[in-house]
Amino acid sequence: MILVWLIVILMAGGLLAWLSKKINPELPRWVALAAVLLDLILIVYLWISTEATTGSAWLMRYEISWIPQWGVSFSLALDGLSLLMLLLTFFLGLLSVLISWKEIKAKVGFFHFNLLWVLAGIAGVFLTMDLFLFYFFWEVMLIPMYFLIGVWGHENRTYAAFKFFLFTQASGLLMLLAILGLYFIHGSETGNYTFNYFELLNTPLAPDAARLLMFGFLAAFLVKLPVVPFHSWLPDAHSQAPTAGSVILAGLLLKTGAYGLLRFVVPLFPTAAVEFAPWAMLLGVIGIIYGAIVAYSQTDLKRLVAYTSVSHMGFVILGVFAFNEWALQGVVMQMIAHGLSTGALFILAGFLYERLHTRDLARMGGFWSKAPKMGVVALVFVMATLGLPGLGNFIAEFLTLVGSWQAANWLTVFATIGIVLATVYSLRIMQKVFYEPGPRHESFRDLNFREMLIAVPMVLGLLWLGLYPQPIIDMARPSITEQLQAYNMEEPTIAEPKTVVEQPQSEATINTNQLAINQRAFSNLQIIQSPN
Amino acid sequence: MENLLWLIPALPFLGALLLIVLGTRLSRMLVAILGASSVAVSALITILLGIEFLQTRPEFYHQEVWQWFNVAGFTPSIAFHVDALSIVFVFVITFVGALIHFYATAYMADDQDYSRFFACMNLFVGSMLMLVMADNLLLLYLGWEGVGLCSYLLIGFWYKEPENGYAARKAFLITRVGDTAMAIGSFMLFQAFGTLHIQTILTEAPEAWSVGSQMAVIVALLLLGGAVGKSGQLPLQTWLPDAMAGPTPVSALIHAATMVTAGVYLIARMYVIFELAPLAQTIVAIVGAVTLLLAGFSALTQYDLKRVLAYSTISQIGYMFLALGVGAWSAGIFHFMIHGFFKALLFLCAGAIIMALHHEQDMRKMGGLRHKMPVVYWTFLIGAASLAALPLITAGFYSKDQILWYALAGENGSIWLYLAGLIGAFITSIYTFRMVFITFFGESKTHLEHPPGKVITIPLIILAILSLVGGFIELPHNFGHVTLFSNLMAPVLPAIAANEGLAANEWMFQLVAAIVSLGGVFVAYLFYIKSPQLLASIERSDFAMALHRFWHSGWGFDALYDALIVRPYVFISKLNKRDFIDSFYTGLARMAEGFHVMFSETQNGVLRNYVAGIVVGAIMILTISLFL
Amino acid sequence: MTPAHMEAALLLAGVLFMLGLISVLIRRNIIFMLISVEIMLNAAGLAFIVAGSKWVQPDGQVMFIFILTMAAAEVSVGLALILQIYHQLKTLDSDAANLMKG
Repeated sequence: MILVWLIVILMAGGLLAWLSKKINPELPRWVALAAVLLDLILIVYLWISTEATTGSAWLMRYEISWIPQWGVSFSLALDGLSLLMLLLTFFLGLLSVLISWKEIKAKVGFFHFNLLWVLAGIAGVFLTMDLFLFYFFWEVMLIPMYFLIGVWGHENRTYAAFKFFLFTQASGLLMLLAILGLYFIHGSETGNYTFNYFELLNTPLAPDAARLLMFGFLAAFLVKLPVVPFHSWLPDAHSQAPTAGSVILAGLLLKTGAYGLLRFVVPLFPTAAVEFAPWAMLLGVIGIIYGAIVAYSQTDLKRLVAYTSVSHMGFVILGVFAFNEWALQGVVMQMIAHGLSTGALFILAGFLYERLHTRDLARMGGFWSKAPKMGVVALVFVMATLGLPGLGNFIAEFLTLVGSWQAANWLTVFATIGIVLATVYSLRIMQKVFYEPGPRHESFRDLNFREMLIAVPMVLGLLWLGLYPQPIIDMARPSITEQLQAYNMEEPTIAEPKTVVEQPQSEATINTNQLAINQRAFSNLQIIQSPN
Repeated sequence: MENLLWLIPALPFLGALLLIVLGTRLSRMLVAILGASSVAVSALITILLGIEFLQTRPEFYHQEVWQWFNVAGFTPSIAFHVDALSIVFVFVITFVGALIHFYATAYMADDQDYSRFFACMNLFVGSMLMLVMADNLLLLYLGWEGVGLCSYLLIGFWYKEPENGYAARKAFLITRVGDTAMAIGSFMLFQAFGTLHIQTILTEAPEAWSVGSQMAVIVALLLLGGAVGKSGQLPLQTWLPDAMAGPTPVSALIHAATMVTAGVYLIARMYVIFELAPLAQTIVAIVGAVTLLLAGFSALTQYDLKRVLAYSTISQIGYMFLALGVGAWSAGIFHFMIHGFFKALLFLCAGAIIMALHHEQDMRKMGGLRHKMPVVYWTFLIGAASLAALPLITAGFYSKDQILWYALAGENGSIWLYLAGLIGAFITSIYTFRMVFITFFGESKTHLEHPPGKVITIPLIILAILSLVGGFIELPHNFGHVTLFSNLMAPVLPAIAANEGLAANEWMFQLVAAIVSLGGVFVAYLFYIKSPQLLASIERSDFAMALHRFWHSGWGFDALYDALIVRPYVFISKLNKRDFIDSFYTGLARMAEGFHVMFSETQNGVLRNYVAGIVVGAIMILTISLFL
Repeated sequence: MTPAHMEAALLLAGVLFMLGLISVLIRRNIIFMLISVEIMLNAAGLAFIVAGSKWVQPDGQVMFIFILTMAAAEVSVGLALILQIYHQLKTLDSDAANLMKG
């Protein structure tokens, strides 16, 4: 039930925030803050209280029938992966409310309504285990975001909002087709027409059908992620959105794509995914390098950061399709660390915009002496972006690369070169904004208390992820081993109930013989490629 | 003592943290105390630890602080492994580091960013200690990148000059290229051994790989890539001369004594891999030999005092690589230690001169400082003598002689490597004494503004003493035969045997080395004191001038990389600023818009167009129905 | 009706139709366009009558009556539209009524 509350609080909070504007124009901020804070507390409570229960991947389930004729149920479930994603969601959500405190002055009530509904949609996406409901939340996430960009954005907002909407909507429809396809195939094969994720797992699929359906899902997730040929909505949407919108876009919406890959594509279509893996990894590497090159020449700070996201998300797809635990742990770490570091950079851009009313790098410079606190904080974020060890992104990238090395050597080499390119654009941010003497700005103030309150937790979070990531890894491990299960078994049995209670397979072998693990990671792929 | 291991890196980190957080709120006095004492206490602990180590001679100390993470059997820890090799490095880092911090409290006294300076310096010392104490490659990599960051921050310390920022980015970037190679190497090691724990790899590697196996060669070359990046060796040496943009204590600590020798440490640490890959080891030696020559020639032509020292650093690290490459592991590390002393000394003296002359670095504007700054003169002379390896009295002679000897007589040695080293030694002593003569002799050209105080001179004197006596812990067997240092290294690094036939005549080669270095001093004396017109006449010829320019620019590597890599990259990036993939989507949108315009034309109310449309349509239908 | 007559009559109908069509296409005065449409209708009617007399069937004449009625209705609607157009645009130029933007 607590899972439903997580979503309901946000939705109700959103409505309340909208209505409360009538009473006092400042009230929506407090309502929104309270709603997100409540959710954050709930999820932290869940985290602490469930830490003891290991073994089963699923920590919590909630299911009631919704439209029984069609096999649609209101089905929510929480596992380690969802929990981590929700933590990130509510943490960034809280920061988004805080950064909008001074930035948003028009239509405050409606703004917070949209903000909370986006968060509700994202939370729903991370929780739901019914594909119909998943699509519903996928759309819930989209429309308020359209308004956030279109109403409170910068000068070119309508264009950006339309572009965002068209890309995600079009790809989402392909996913809907794939969902329906899966629904009917499963129904005709087993006689049980259902949208339930657990029952749809292990649907026997002809290779061609599996491939087509997988591409349907991939369409939505690759556009959302985004992967290079489909990324061009992102720089526009990110740079035009208000700061809170950019933070949510970069920190959370992109992660829904990654989450979708992990949760749906990998376990639902094991054979098709293995077939597609080399291409997917290639796309990832192209994304890493292409994003980095384009990022370097941007003069708009937010656009630059947006392209760094493209580059970083390349690691996600590279890791997902390496199909081993190192890479997938790297991907989960990357989702969280990138959410923090890129969110932080957008927040930084927001701070600068608040002071200078520009995002143009040419009109910045020399802020190190004027705002040393901001400089130090920014340095941490920039270093996180370029993957400095000791900060979260390094763990993520290193694990991803270690994992992908096992699957594809040359692609990993090129991906590693991407890290050098990351240095190029990251240092450019520091140089242009903080070091190089720029135009004179007489009244440039350093971070105030509210801004420090936003920035310091992100710095601490990145350091924590970089120095002691074990809690995150432990939390994600059962889910990851479950997603990978299809790749460890020779013959997936259909009848088996998928509410996995059994021991994750690799737990037993961990630490015993490392060489054996290596060989296993290799043989996984070979096993899959031999048709069963 | 073993339990205090973690304190050695933790104290500088703590110092850095406090300085960052409290920063501007502390008084300058407190900043100085905090900054210098954190490293000093580390040095004290190191010395105590070292004494205990020498007395009890354990194989190593080990301490695990916490497990970093554990992913499917990949379990790196924040753990320290300190053996003889690490102890030498830790000692140089903390001891020389403490002296330089002490010196910097005076050198940076007028700078407004006092606390930022010490925060970065402390962070550097902490990271560097992580690097040399790490028990696994991932933690080593953390230190490795951490020192890169600090180097970046400190080279660009005076950030208001855009050139400094450029130099800082260049340093970070070029070293990162090497780091990437090293990262790939560690992926391969992980794939092969399932761990990055260094000692495990070292013990398992000989079982898994045969000598000369392809994997070993590739891994060794990738590690070498990391090493050349950090250590400013060919082909990634171009950042080091520019790195002199930072404050002089930074150049002394980071770009002479410690960080740039990280590559030496890495190769020595992973020596087993290199022994399994003779090809890679030969390449190490060749890289060292070529670098020491190229950098030596470049040093001859520099006028900036610090740039001469920078090129000489590259050149001396070349010697260390040469030693590692021929398998004289202990000799390489010995030279690292001695070099740490005398190069830090030289830089600190240069700093004292630069400060005294109000940030003048051009040697042509110096001169006659011998009488004005006697302490600096004498200590600089000692440092220079050690660098030039003047025989018998200086430490540099003993360490360099060992390298030259093994370059010839070692198992992997060859006459070519020996000759390269010998020519390098000759050039070294020329450019070193060129520096001494131009700076301290002749007539004075500027007046002294700040004569160095006690805080400046005390570290100089201590380092000068070490540069003289440091060599006596390792003397050749025909000359005292003291082997304290190689005994210390023996459990960690394999010893090297000299060629029997040559060994009988070792004294002859020592004599040659001595003559060469004295000859260099003489040549410098001839050109810069005795008859400067001789030099002037040579410099008048076009060829000499062209050569001079070429060497002055560091053999044109900067221009080469600029043309080959930097400019094409920037060009491509700028060309694609608007992201050509986006034009596909905007093209789609334009096309839809075009059709919209086109079709709306058919519905604009002009009756005759409608009629024409109907007619054309009717005719088409008729024609089709007639023909079908 | 003899074949020669029929051909001549059909030819006449065709010529009339083409004249009407061409004038619809090239005239800009909307009243002339309406008249031309009438000519085309009558040409079609003539063709029907010729065909009716060829096969001795009443259908041709029936069709002609239909066409007459339809033409009358069309003319009344058409004239009403023309009046409106003239009222709105103060001109009878049909090309002036291109205000629709799709």
